[in-house]
Amino acid sequence: MNALRLNAITEKVKRWGWAVVRIVLIFGLSFVILYPILQKLAVAFKDPVDLYNRNVVWIPEHFTLRNVTSMIKLLDYEWAVVNTFSISAGVMIVQTMICALAGYAFAKLRFRGSSILFGCAIFTILVPPQTIMVPLYMQFKSFDVFGIVHLLTGKDGFYLLDSFWPLLVTSLTGMGIKSGLFIYIFRQVFRGLPKELEEAGFVDGAGIGRTFVQLALPNAVPAIVTVMLFTFVWQWNDTFFTNMYMGNTGMLLANKLSVMGPWINHMLTGSTNVILADPFQVSLLKDVAVLLMMSPLIIMYLFVQKYFVESVERTGLTG
Amino acid sequence: MKWKPLSFERRKQWSGVLFLIPWLFGFTLLFLVPLFRSLQFSLGKLVMLPEGGYVIDFTGFRNFAYALTEHAEYNRVLTESVVDMAVNVPLILFFSLFAASLLNQKFFGRSLARAIFFLPVILASGIIDAISNESIIASVMQGMTYSSDLSSDITGLSTSGLQSFELVFLLHDAGLNETMINYLSGAVDRIYDIISSSGVQILIFLAGLQSISPSLYEASKIEGATGYEIFWKITFPMVSPLILTNVIYTIIDSFADNELTQLAYTTAFSTLDFGLSAAMSWMYFIIVALLLAIVAYIVSKRVYYSD
Repeated sequence: MNALRLNAITEKVKRWGWAVVRIVLIFGLSFVILYPILQKLAVAFKDPVDLYNRNVVWIPEHFTLRNVTSMIKLLDYEWAVVNTFSISAGVMIVQTMICALAGYAFAKLRFRGSSILFGCAIFTILVPPQTIMVPLYMQFKSFDVFGIVHLLTGKDGFYLLDSFWPLLVTSLTGMGIKSGLFIYIFRQVFRGLPKELEEAGFVDGAGIGRTFVQLALPNAVPAIVTVMLFTFVWQWNDTFFTNMYMGNTGMLLANKLSVMGPWINHMLTGSTNVILADPFQVSLLKDVAVLLMMSPLIIMYLFVQKYFVESVERTGLTG
Repeated sequence: MKWKPLSFERRKQWSGVLFLIPWLFGFTLLFLVPLFRSLQFSLGKLVMLPEGGYVIDFTGFRNFAYALTEHAEYNRVLTESVVDMAVNVPLILFFSLFAASLLNQKFFGRSLARAIFFLPVILASGIIDAISNESIIASVMQGMTYSSDLSSDITGLSTSGLQSFELVFLLHDAGLNETMINYLSGAVDRIYDIISSSGVQILIFLAGLQSISPSLYEASKIEGATGYEIFWKITFPMVSPLILTNVIYTIIDSFADNELTQLAYTTAFSTLDFGLSAAMSWMYFIIVALLLAIVAYIVSKRVYYSD
C-alpha cells in the first residue's frame, strides 16, 4: 500500500518537474528568438540623445517617431511595399500552380521516362543558384527562346532585366526559388491520394483536368497553403535574385536595403562621406529599416500562423 | 483514316506530358542550357565583344588552378564554408528534433510557442541577417544589459545576448575534453543562428512525430517502458527517415547564403571575372555534392523504414 502511494508521488513529482523544465526551456528559446525583434523595436523610437545615455537600455527616455518617419521617406516605403507585395504575390500564385501541376504529373500521370525527369527536378534543388547565375543573367539580358527571336527578326532578343519579367518567367517555368522542393512536396501529397478517388472521378465522367482541379487540389489544401506561404516569404526576403535581375531599379525593399548605407550617410550629413556620419545613428537607422522590411511579414504571419502551423503538419513532408 | 480514341492509360500519359510542359521548358531553357554554359565559362575566359555578345577563350583548367593556388581568399573561404556546414548540421539536427518533440507535447500556450518557433522561417533572410550582424546598437545594448564593455567583435559573440562563460567552467569541472567544451559552448553562443536556421527542419520533424500512431506508445506503456526507452525505441526509429531528409535540406540550405556564394557573386558582378566565378562555384558544388553523397549513404544505411 505504502509502496504504491510512494510510486504515485514520484510519478507526480516527475511529471511536474518535467513541466517546469519544459516551461523554462520554451520560454528561454522563445526569448532568444524574439530578442532581436524586441531590441530593434526598443531602438526604433529612441531619440539620438538616448543612444549615449548609459541609463537608457530598453525604454527610451525621449520618445520619438522621427527615426521611423525619416526611414519611411528615405526608402520610399509605401511604393516599395506595394512593389514587393505585388511581385511576391504574383510569384506565389504562379509558382504554386506550376509546381502543383508538375507534382501531380510526377505522382499520378506517369509516362515512360517520367521518373528520370523527376530525378532531374530533384537535381535542380541540388545545384546552387550561384553556379548558373551568370548564364542566367545573360539569358535575361537578351531573352530568346532557343534563338527563335534572333532567327525571325535578326535582333538579339528582349532585354528583360530591371523588370519583374525574370522573376515571373522563372516561376512560371518551375525554376523559381526552391521550386524543386515544392514539386517534391506536391508529388508526395498527390501520391498519397487513393487510386479509387481518381477512378471514381473517371467513372463519373470527369476528365483528367477535372479530376486534378476538383478532386486532387481540394485534398491538397495544406500543401498549397504551405507552398504559398513559403514562396511568398522567400520571395519577399530574397536578395540574391532580386539584386541580380533588378538591382539597378531599387523598386523592391530588398534592393533598397542592400544599398541604403550611403543614402543614410547622405541624409544625416548631406554628403556620402562615411567618416562624417555618426556610426551609431547609421546603425540605428539600419535597424529601423530592417524592422520596416519585416513588419508587413510579421503582421501577415499573425493572421495566417494558426492555419499555417496546422497545415504544415499535414503536408506530405513526412516522405 | 479513323481516329481510335485513346485508352484511359494513354490519355493519362499524354496529359502527364502536357502538365509538365512549363516545367520542361524551364528546365531546358533556364537550367540545362545555363548549366552547360557555366561549365564552358569555367573552362575559359569570357571576352565581351564590342558589338554585343561574347566569345570564350578556352584556357582549360586555369581558372580552377588560379582560384585554388593564387586567389587571395578563395581557399580560406571555401574551407570555412565547408567546416561551418559540417559543424552546424549536427547541431541544427539535434536542436530541431529536440524542439519538435518539445512542441509536440501538450501544454498550456502550445500554439503560441509554435507560432514563435516558426517565426525564424518567416524572417530568415540574407539581408536581415547581414544588417543585424553588423549592428553596433545591438552589441552596445548587449554590453549595457550584461554590464560588459566588450563589444561583440572582441568576444566573437553573436547578437543574441547570451554568454556561456559559466557553461565552460561547468563542463570543465564535469571532465569533458577541450574540443567538446568548445563545440558545446560555441553552440550556445550561436544559439540564435542555430534556431533561425532550423525552422523548416522543426516543421519536418513535427510532421513526422504527428504521424506516429499513438497505439505504439500505448502498447509500450502497458509493457512498462520508460520515457527514455520510448524515445529511443519508438520515436527515434520512426523519425529516422526524416533525419535523412533534414540532413539533405540543411546542407542544401547552407548554399543559399554564405561567404563563398557572396565571393562568387562579387567575383562575377563586381570584378566581372565570369570564368573565375563559375569555376569557384563549380568546385564548391562538387565538394558539397560529394559530402551529400557520403552523408546520404551513411545515414540511409541506418534509417529504419516501417513499411
